[in-house]
Amino acid sequence: MASIKDMTDTHNWSGQKLVTADHMLFEAPREKHFMTGSEVLKEAVKRCTVDASVSYPITPQSEAAHLIGELWAEGYVGTYFRGENEFGVMSEVAGCAMAGARTITTTSGPGTLRAMENFPQWSGTRIPCQLILMARGINSPLTIQPDNLEVTFMLETGCQIWYAENVQELFDMTIAAFIVAEKPDVHVPIVTVVDGFFVSHTRESVMLPADDIALFPYEPYKSPLPPIDSETPPGRFLRDPFVMKSNYISYATHASWQWEVRSAVERSRRYAEHFLKGLVHITGDLDADIAFVTCGTAAHQAKEGQRELAKLGVKSKVIKLRTIRPFPTKELLAALEGVKHAFVPEFNVVGWLEKEVRTALYGKSDTEIIGGPRVAGGMSLPAEAILKEVFEHINVEGK
Amino acid sequence: MAIDIYKINPEFRDIMPKEIIDLEENATWAQNQTKPRGIKEMPDTKEILEEHSLCAGCPEAAALRYVLAALPKPEETIIVNSTGCTSLMFPHIALHTVHSLFGNQNAVATGIKRVLDWRFPDIEKDVVVLAGDGATVDIGLDYTLQSFFRQENITTICFDNEVYANTGGQESGATPKGQVFKMAPLGKKFEKVKMWELATTAGCHYTMNMTASAPKAVAKAVREAILVAREIGPTFLNIYTPCILEIGLSANEGLGEMKDQDKDRFASYKFVSPEAEEFLKKCKAEGKL
Repeated sequence: MASIKDMTDTHNWSGQKLVTADHMLFEAPREKHFMTGSEVLKEAVKRCTVDASVSYPITPQSEAAHLIGELWAEGYVGTYFRGENEFGVMSEVAGCAMAGARTITTTSGPGTLRAMENFPQWSGTRIPCQLILMARGINSPLTIQPDNLEVTFMLETGCQIWYAENVQELFDMTIAAFIVAEKPDVHVPIVTVVDGFFVSHTRESVMLPADDIALFPYEPYKSPLPPIDSETPPGRFLRDPFVMKSNYISYATHASWQWEVRSAVERSRRYAEHFLKGLVHITGDLDADIAFVTCGTAAHQAKEGQRELAKLGVKSKVIKLRTIRPFPTKELLAALEGVKHAFVPEFNVVGWLEKEVRTALYGKSDTEIIGGPRVAGGMSLPAEAILKEVFEHINVEGK
Repeated sequence: MAIDIYKINPEFRDIMPKEIIDLEENATWAQNQTKPRGIKEMPDTKEILEEHSLCAGCPEAAALRYVLAALPKPEETIIVNSTGCTSLMFPHIALHTVHSLFGNQNAVATGIKRVLDWRFPDIEKDVVVLAGDGATVDIGLDYTLQSFFRQENITTICFDNEVYANTGGQESGATPKGQVFKMAPLGKKFEKVKMWELATTAGCHYTMNMTASAPKAVAKAVREAILVAREIGPTFLNIYTPCILEIGLSANEGLGEMKDQDKDRFASYKFVSPEAEEFLKKCKAEGKL
């Protein structure tokens, strides 16, 4: 087992040389590997000087969760255990992070919903923990298949939400996510989403830096709220427990606290822009009047659709959103300039991304927004479905 | 470092409230004591609980004062609480305390304890859960028992008032059978959950069921439970702190009610595992008790 006493100024407790996130993400030489999303998450965590992780099995994130356990057994992660269920796990994660640990956990679908009360608690206590969400369908009926309906429940929890398209992005985002979440002027939790199975279980080529380097450790004493470790004066700021009082001060305290959590998410923009190289990525014909506004696996499939359309002489482009919270409104507006039709392909029945896009663009853009194509419950989203949606819409509308 | 955090910057001393100066000068921190902390110093020293906003005569407030007076090492103690009447008092405690959600107290405490053991391998940091019977026996039962199963090194104290008091007097799992409360308008249909027996079965090394009628007995139990949790494994105290409001008593009748129950539902129950017993003997020999 690892011991924090083995940490030096230059190396962490497992003997990895400490480097900045810039070095890890942009400068360190990389080599090609062939891995699944679960395996690459292990590689990312291995390089993050992680203090704590709590796990619980649920398909499709179980493998990722037990691979982090292997890292603990190998001496890379400080403390690790299996919790009793996702509500317990997310509360245990809260305890770990409150006590000053860089903390990560993973969950999927029903697990996310079971744990739900914890997520606004996480952001309200300003802990910078990371949740890897490997999206899966929600019951009932029972499904274990990929479907990202669960993300809509996460949108207003006060957590940052990033969405990775593939194995490579999962690796890079996981590393950057810790650093952005831990910035003292941000310091709210971060949820890194991938589509279950499509990313967690798919083997892809991925470029990784060597595993003898790792991020500098988390510095809990830079937190906007002191860690719960009896090493700083206790905050006796509540001469009366405001939560139980019915007076204007108590209302104002609660409201301003919640606004501050949202402001902290907004303040993450400049860091996310740096580490993600922009909050949106655009591919295809930049001057096209058809666009796909997407994230995750849907972006991957939209790119396939874009290539097929190009073969037919139809220009289009894919605007991939890399952050959902904060929502990249400004970048999306810029990317949609000159676009007549914006399709929002999604892996869920409700079209939460379409709603997000409509909200962001309302009154600011003349682009027509078409919520589709939409698949769910484990269905795939082939390029044919995307082309069909485009041609049906454009023919029907006579445009 | 922990004791130093109570030292006031000399530049700010003249604007500090009296109770903060008292904390530095006249509180019984373990580091300043030659003997274990206890009840008898309460009249002459600064208590860790400054004041409270509970009802006049509430036995829960008295019990909390006894608990705080008996912490073996308050400067290194973190208390995790839950939703309920106790959460009204926590902002007034001069220690690191956490209120997270209703019922998740033992899960949060688990995370904190595991990380403190990781971050401070050479310092004994005690984590104590203090919650009501609704939080412990009903909504948080799973997380409480699971922390016992996992043998977490935390002490769990349940202030059992046999009712959801803070929400206005509803039946809880700890309510005795037949008692009429809100949500049990015809009387509770099932027996009081014997949480102390569950705790023993679930793996606690030191379990007690008692009332808060005798301050010294509460203090002794708290001290022993925390020392055992530190070295051996989970410990559990179930302490009767009646809600005088909900059972129709006056402010001066709480003590009498607790004394009556010493012979009834809260007749003393004590379990100490053989390893804990051995350890406590050692503590006594070393003057820690």
